[in-house]
Amino acid sequence: MKPYFGIFRLRFINALQYRAAALAGIATQFAWGFMEIFAFAAFYRTDPGAFPMAFSETVSYIWLQQAFLALFMMWFWEGDIASSITSGSIAYEMVRPADLYVRWFCQASANRLARAALRCAPILLVAFLLPAPYRMSLPPSIGQFALFILSAALSLGVVVSFSMLIYISLFFTLSPSGVRLITAVLSDFLAGATIPLPFFPEPVRAVVELLPFASMQNMPLRVYTGNIAGADALRGLLLQIFWLMMLLLAGRLTMKKALNKVVVQGG
Amino acid sequence: MISLKSVRKTFRVAKRQAGFSRAVKALFSREYELVRALDDISFDIRDGEMVGYIGPNGAGKSTTIKIMCGVLTPDSGSCSIDGRTPWKERIAHVREIGVVFGQRSQLWWDVPVADSFQLIRDIYKVDGASYRKTLDELTERLDLNEILKTPARSLSLGQRMRCEIAASLLHSPRTLFLDEPTIGLDAVSKIAVRQFIKKLNAERGTTVILTTHDMQDIEALTERILLIGKGKILLDGSLAELKKRSPEALDMTSEEMVAALYREFKI
Repeated sequence: MKPYFGIFRLRFINALQYRAAALAGIATQFAWGFMEIFAFAAFYRTDPGAFPMAFSETVSYIWLQQAFLALFMMWFWEGDIASSITSGSIAYEMVRPADLYVRWFCQASANRLARAALRCAPILLVAFLLPAPYRMSLPPSIGQFALFILSAALSLGVVVSFSMLIYISLFFTLSPSGVRLITAVLSDFLAGATIPLPFFPEPVRAVVELLPFASMQNMPLRVYTGNIAGADALRGLLLQIFWLMMLLLAGRLTMKKALNKVVVQGG
Repeated sequence: MISLKSVRKTFRVAKRQAGFSRAVKALFSREYELVRALDDISFDIRDGEMVGYIGPNGAGKSTTIKIMCGVLTPDSGSCSIDGRTPWKERIAHVREIGVVFGQRSQLWWDVPVADSFQLIRDIYKVDGASYRKTLDELTERLDLNEILKTPARSLSLGQRMRCEIAASLLHSPRTLFLDEPTIGLDAVSKIAVRQFIKKLNAERGTTVILTTHDMQDIEALTERILLIGKGKILLDGSLAELKKRSPEALDMTSEEMVAALYREFKI
């Protein structure tokens, strides 16, 4: 495990240095969070009973999402992996005695964790101190909080293993922009990043909740707010484990195929 | 011991004429050309040998190196390095080799060089005592003391190349592949790099395979030269032997002699 821990460590150190980017990110997330909450508040004012989630749940959902944006958003991207494939520096990664899939998996998770670590504290602090209706609430119980942590870890795994498929697709297409744009928009929408999944119309929602995207931010955020609890939460965790396994398997297989036909770009 | 037998590799390259109408046409049907990068390459290299691999641009030098490093898989033929086939036993194989790709970098751009070295140490699982010893030795010989704490992005090309070479030797490999290690270096850095490689080969018996366009590298370092052109090995012998091939060559500089060889073989 040492090599992979080393990669995790260095990627973490590397991502910690970008202070200005973190400050800009925090500012964006505040602005975005307030905007979303005010928009929801306007809707709730007309008829609070017409919504599938209580306003306080929605508020917590949004603040948590903004605080841990770097962990769960599909559009968040590990540029180093993409550029190593398209520029040819992958040659150096292939002369290392390490499994490339595991290596990139660690690298991408470290990047997300480091960026989230830099950004979450100020957002959470302010979100807990805001005046009443806009304040983030604590999870309903310690048990629920533990489930949230577990679900968040699985969610990170699902997000990273799904992005691995996109990185691997670069072996075949070379240009990240198309695949990246489509998958980011689509998967973030289906993961509940734009509006939480309970707001989807019933028949659509039933299907969407089974897709791998629902195992991304949808699960941990709703578990935290108490929107999914008890047996439902356990079922959700099992579904997350299932999708994580499937995505890991798919990534492994496609990676193997890709490495056999690798071409190093640029001589 | 390195042994290549009848190694072949072709690349499929998309080709089209410049111009708008051709570009539109290529949307519907693409033309590919098969480029025969390596066409029946065979040679043996004994342990502890220093071999210069020369040939014009596009002759197949880098492709051969990448096959020997386990990065590329050839179409046919066999390659055995210390009894292993690089692309089949990649991880076991690359543990024993060091590689410098002169046109790429293995150092992390934004962190001090020492952090990149630490990662390489973790990846190869070099134990503490021997890592310290190797690093001290490399630091002294390549004069790295001042630059280890500097981020790679702030290094000059010569400084960076010295770090690249050190990075490839931290795990004390038995075989060292150098793909244009002196490209773009000034006279002082070139001499320093050459002296270092020479010493490494003499004292540790490291097998060195070097590609370069700089004939002084070849004169200073290698006893044996392999000339490759259009994917075939054309000559195999010492510099003196190559000079003896024709009476005019005796008065020529190595550079002129190689140019004459390229003309002779029409490569």
